[in-house]
Amino acid sequence: MSSGTSSTQMTGFARLARATIAAFNTNKTSWFGLCLFLVITVLAILAPWISPHDPIEQDIFSKLQGPSATYWFGTDYFGRDILSRLLHGARYSLIIGIAATFFAMVVGSIIGMLAGYYGGRFDTITMQVMDILLAFPALILGLIIVAMLGPSLTNIIIAIALTSIPSFARIARAPTIAVKEREFIEAGRSLGYSDARLMIVHILPNIAAEILVMFSLWTASSIRTEASLSFIGLGLKPPTPTWGGMIREGFENILESYWLVMMPGLAILLVVFALNLLGDGLRDAIDPKLKGEQ
Amino acid sequence: MTAFLVRRTGFALITLFVVLTIIFLIVRILPGDPAQVILGDQADAGSIAALRTRLGLDQPLAVQYVTFLSGAVRGDWGVSLVTGRPVIQEVLNVLPWTIELTVFALLIGAAIGIPMGVWAAVNRNHATDYVVRIASLLGLSFPAFVSGILLLIGLAIQVRWFPVISGQRGTWTQWLQSLVLPAINLGLIMAAYITRVTRSAMLEVLSEDYVRTARAKGVPWPAVVWRHALRNALIPIITIVGLYLGVLIGNSVLTEIVFNRPGLGKLIVGALNQRDYTMLQGMMVIYTLLVVLINLATDVIYSLADPRVKMQ
Repeated sequence: MSSGTSSTQMTGFARLARATIAAFNTNKTSWFGLCLFLVITVLAILAPWISPHDPIEQDIFSKLQGPSATYWFGTDYFGRDILSRLLHGARYSLIIGIAATFFAMVVGSIIGMLAGYYGGRFDTITMQVMDILLAFPALILGLIIVAMLGPSLTNIIIAIALTSIPSFARIARAPTIAVKEREFIEAGRSLGYSDARLMIVHILPNIAAEILVMFSLWTASSIRTEASLSFIGLGLKPPTPTWGGMIREGFENILESYWLVMMPGLAILLVVFALNLLGDGLRDAIDPKLKGEQ
Repeated sequence: MTAFLVRRTGFALITLFVVLTIIFLIVRILPGDPAQVILGDQADAGSIAALRTRLGLDQPLAVQYVTFLSGAVRGDWGVSLVTGRPVIQEVLNVLPWTIELTVFALLIGAAIGIPMGVWAAVNRNHATDYVVRIASLLGLSFPAFVSGILLLIGLAIQVRWFPVISGQRGTWTQWLQSLVLPAINLGLIMAAYITRVTRSAMLEVLSEDYVRTARAKGVPWPAVVWRHALRNALIPIITIVGLYLGVLIGNSVLTEIVFNRPGLGKLIVGALNQRDYTMLQGMMVIYTLLVVLINLATDVIYSLADPRVKMQ
């Protein structure tokens, strides 16, 4: 790798690092978002070791109990421990949310970069298709795709990813158009570098900051969509503990035991809010338009 | 202006045609024979063949495509496999419920979101700005079914101001009671989006030269904010609200389920659970139609608000 290449990469990643530090300094709420998200992630990773009970073991004698010393967050209709189900549910929420968003980020960024780089009719047609997809309600699209493919972990990830690909394509395209006109790309082209090399080595690091910021905001959205799908009944099959599924089950007993829906509801809210706080702060820091206003 | 509208309508028609083709292909490319899926594993070959003929699945793909497209244009989307009634009839029965909910939610969202956004922008980096920003971020972190259930627990179960099941219509009071809670639920989420858009649009406009000029001329500050700045900030607000209508329609599905309210959302979930293929196909057509119409309406309002648009 030439020194020119690494310096181009540095500008991209250095910019992201600078932006991150700037965001955390100017916007204390981003810190809060990051810490909250990290705590939830650590709890999810440690779930098998720290859960007080088995998340799917039924105990019919202790069904629908309120919060107590044995069951901190109470039990559900089958006598399962809510806290243990919440901790295990976090794993599914985070895995699906992060995997779906990552998949959408990779595919969407490639589409957006190709459209922005080549321009012309290819750009027009691709982006019009993306606009149509973007306009379609994400939840309805996800619902139809999962219903058709069947509710397995992979299919749910694919369905949620498909709904956010257009947004990443849009985000990647605009900076690609701006960057491709710069001198260093012109220089690379005159040195005979291939289009693929110019895009991957020289353009990608320069648009990475924008894309990564959107990653945290879209992970929040993916987690929300997964919870919504599970709530509708198109998530992972029971007895797998998912937050949306727990609310769906608890909703049937809402009149007598509302903690069944409150606990998973608050869990979803907390993780989505944490990611939104984080992404929002980062976006303020890297958006040059907003930077002047800080 | 006319040329712009003709071009946008043309684009909307092309979009509709492309999406209809995709829907047609999706329903047919699916693994498994719809007739087999509908009748179950125990069905004999004779009844499967009969259902295939009834659904027109035994015809060549090209013939099915022409029948589907001409049907879609004429509003003939076939007959629901579950109820036996025409799909268009079923959709038209619940459409007013969803439209009513969406429109009221949008009004609530704008009534709360625009003043809050302006307020935050005017007091930028002050405590009020922080509170509004955090509150709006919290608002858009809520999945619609979680906020719906919280409203239900608080206002229908604990305080009993509203009915738990809101599918009643008869008197004005019943109508209002059935609408208010679902509309507030969707409206608050929409308000969070509108607040954020309004705030950033206002921040941009407030730093423009003409705002400084107006202030220098001695125009009172409220008049500068509400008359001069907000009017110009409305243009990006309209565009973004148009985009978020998709989110609103998606959230209406969850709201309808939580409040047990009839509507497109409950219809589509029912069709998915019962494998009602013709209904599902019809629902996808109606959702596409709604999305295309909303986009077209956004373009038109946008061009009315900003005469420069038609030049592009």
